[in-house]
Amino acid sequence: MRGIGKYFIFLGLMFIKREKFSTYVKLVIDECVLIGIDSLVIVTIISTFIGAVTCIQTAYNLVSPLIPDYIISLIVRDMTLLELAPTITALVFAGKVGSNIAGELGTMRITEQVDALEVMGINSASFLALPKILGSLITYPMLVIIAGFLSILGGYVAGTVTQVITPEEYIYGIRADFIEYNVTFALIKSFVFAFLIASISCYKGYYTEGGALEVGKASTVAVTNSCIAVLAADYLLAQLLL
Amino acid sequence: MIKISNIRKSFDDKEVLFGIDGVFKPGRTNLIIGTSGTGKSVLLKCMVGLVEPDEGVVLYDDRNFTEASRNVRRDIRREIGMLFQGAALFDSKNVEKNVMFPLDMLTNMPKDEKLDRVNFVLQRVGLENVNKKMPSELSGGMKKRVGIARAIVNNSKYLYCDEPNSGLDPKTAILIDHLIKEITYEFEITTIVVTHDMNSVMEIGDYIMYLYQGKKLWEGSNDEILDARVKELQDFVYANKLMQAVKDRRDEG
Repeated sequence: MRGIGKYFIFLGLMFIKREKFSTYVKLVIDECVLIGIDSLVIVTIISTFIGAVTCIQTAYNLVSPLIPDYIISLIVRDMTLLELAPTITALVFAGKVGSNIAGELGTMRITEQVDALEVMGINSASFLALPKILGSLITYPMLVIIAGFLSILGGYVAGTVTQVITPEEYIYGIRADFIEYNVTFALIKSFVFAFLIASISCYKGYYTEGGALEVGKASTVAVTNSCIAVLAADYLLAQLLL
Repeated sequence: MIKISNIRKSFDDKEVLFGIDGVFKPGRTNLIIGTSGTGKSVLLKCMVGLVEPDEGVVLYDDRNFTEASRNVRRDIRREIGMLFQGAALFDSKNVEKNVMFPLDMLTNMPKDEKLDRVNFVLQRVGLENVNKKMPSELSGGMKKRVGIARAIVNNSKYLYCDEPNSGLDPKTAILIDHLIKEITYEFEITTIVVTHDMNSVMEIGDYIMYLYQGKKLWEGSNDEILDARVKELQDFVYANKLMQAVKDRRDEG
């Protein structure tokens, strides 16, 4: 409970006596590049393969001749939008970006770089964490959109190459009974997950104490806690918004 | 001038500082010395606000830092420069950006003016043509010089140095000591150096405060320290063979 309280105090600290707005613009752009562009390759690979595997496995399970083939792509689409694109990407994002953030801030803490900012009269929590959180909030939803597209595309390629579904049926399936709200829901989840991963990782890194060993531990704990928070939020959002 | 009075600090049940008083005047190098674990760095952190003292007051030119509002404290901090033990340079920025950082954050100077100021302080600390180097490419002594340059670039009124000689060879350590002393005199800064290096004490100690187990046991100058009649201080001063030899020579007349 104490840790949760400290986390909320940390979030509050970022907005008390923060630096002028223009200071953050360049920092946020830098973080968008670091967080977003650098995650693109791994997100591309994972989402494409997840879509492909979902398509093949769904086809494998749909053995009844009464169920039309386009249901395969319909399932790929809904699974992608509702769960795979926002949540699986979040877990990958936590592993890559979360550990990176915690490691960076942890190293800055133990090498007194955070103290150096404080002594200069700069709000270190705000200066270091806020751009990372904003950068994540801007780029993660974009990554989710890309992941969603690539997952469905991966399913298309895998399904048509292996001939479990024809291209026409696949296209028909991803258009059938489409609920637009699912896209909104995926984007809402992406914002929540981005905030949780970035803020938890910043918090864990910012309060690192000790040496190099503790920085490693902080990174691991940041990833673990982020993943747990993402899964808990995933369940809560599903209950509340669906 | 920095005044501290009755600074007390404890962590959990362990009392680290037992009511420290002192006056650190501008234009001279003030040293806080003592053995490891005696509370020097904690005292320094209390003075800059990185650690909150349990009791006591820190005054910067009669401005109460300890009880100041967040705004006043921030204004005072912007007059403080600090050289950290490991220099604490920002890994992701090159030398020029590291030194320019306080100017970027705290002033509205035009870029050309900032660059001139950066080059001036880098030249002052004896570093030229290193502007584009990253901290990882610098030696320990160079990092300390960049740290000093960053600490004074904003015309700081107060300069704190936490163990500026740690990890340096004796020759570089003396160069850094002299640099700190020269800058203190030249810019009339109130400089406080935390150290346990007796070479620094003898080289630059205009005013010395000796801490022992969280208490101030002695204060004076480097001219007086060799004759101080405090046993703990004598044990500290004459702990190494070189100082012991100096003592023996003095005793022999």
